[in-house]
Amino acid sequence: MADFSGSDLTCLRGERLVFGGLSFAAKSGDAVMLRGRNGAGKSSLLRVMAGLLSPRSGQVCWDGESIADDRIAHHARLHYLGHPDAVKPVLSVRDNLRLWGQLRGVQNIEHEIDAALDVLDIHHLARVSGRYLSSGQKRRTALARILMGQSDLWLLDEPTVGLDRESCGEVSRMIADFRARGGIVIYSTHIDLEVDNPTVLDLDEFAIPMVEWLLEHPELDGTSPVSTQEAAQ
Amino acid sequence: MNGFFAILRRDLSLALRQGADSVMVVAFFIVTTTLFPFGVGPEANILARIASGVIWVSALLAAMLSLERVFQTDYEDGTLELLTLSPVSLELLVLGKVLAHWLTTGLPLIIAAPLMALMLNMDQDGFITLMVAMLLGTPALSLIGAIGAALILGARRGGVLVSLLVLPLYIPVLIFGAGAVEAALLGISATAQLQIMAAILLIALAATPFATANAVRQAME
Repeated sequence: MADFSGSDLTCLRGERLVFGGLSFAAKSGDAVMLRGRNGAGKSSLLRVMAGLLSPRSGQVCWDGESIADDRIAHHARLHYLGHPDAVKPVLSVRDNLRLWGQLRGVQNIEHEIDAALDVLDIHHLARVSGRYLSSGQKRRTALARILMGQSDLWLLDEPTVGLDRESCGEVSRMIADFRARGGIVIYSTHIDLEVDNPTVLDLDEFAIPMVEWLLEHPELDGTSPVSTQEAAQ
Repeated sequence: MNGFFAILRRDLSLALRQGADSVMVVAFFIVTTTLFPFGVGPEANILARIASGVIWVSALLAAMLSLERVFQTDYEDGTLELLTLSPVSLELLVLGKVLAHWLTTGLPLIIAAPLMALMLNMDQDGFITLMVAMLLGTPALSLIGAIGAALILGARRGGVLVSLLVLPLYIPVLIFGAGAVEAALLGISATAQLQIMAAILLIALAATPFATANAVRQAME
């Protein structure tokens, strides 16, 4: 039973405090839906969870161990789907996917690619170069990537952008399958993606004015990043 | 190491399919070198005197020209983000990308250099040393340049910025690279210069991947 949690996370982008004092917890099989107005920090939170962005304070833990302690292990267990599709125009769909399989050290890559393409129903596009794909097809290629290899955590930033209604159903099914296998899914979405009783995390609740936050954390009043240990002292 | 070869293979196949990059670097090198006879006049002994310096300066500029693209396209389409998130050390991936950059830009320059030397009337005694020096120098240029290429990610007008960042760091390679050829032309052994260039390459190989990887991580924030 895996356990993914974050405590007292604060995210600072430039001069702006995006969210503060945010905590979350998820267990194997859970889905967490991030909600909030534009700019509430949904993408930032997903990037913090992935380890792309360091939180200003607080920490993100997997099974009780901070993800910053072993980045490679955290990267090995997660799949992140951001806004860009990362599909190279001159490479075929299959070649695009192969790189990600190789980087994850996937055994039996061609077989895995076939399986992922079947799930997303883009097998007929396997040999087509990225530049001839529609935006929906590119998005499906990006979604096929997160099926490659073993993973325990999906961080999906608006996974359905550019997809038609049918494909949204496929994404729902992918998420359901992944949860059934014990995966944790954390996602943000603007449409109603059918996911079985997700935990809702409303980021608007964690938007706090900068001044108030600085008053609560006088020890953080400065421009240089402070590590959590120092902050705790 | 699988990740290293995976990214190397992908970058090489991208370069092969897009093709234009390598050709452009070599063409730029040839054109820049050709400008000098027009500027300083066609006197054979003057050209022979400045040949090694001209070839090295042109090679530096040509290598720099292609730097911007090392990470830029991957940054723009989100690939770099995913590379940062893959379970392979980013330093190794950076090294793979740099090696691909060198194979597609540095290596063609080494092959083109003797032709330019011939055009500038350089004595043939210097040819071998020139190529050996470039073999040691151009990988160092790619390694050092990658730091600049990673630092400018997200900046506007990055191309100009990268030259300001990187060119000063290229000076040691220029001094010893041109010095080695000068020595060979004077009939003295160029071993000392070549050894220093090998040392620069080794230091760059050991240190720059860490700096570049950190710059890439910074760009992801």
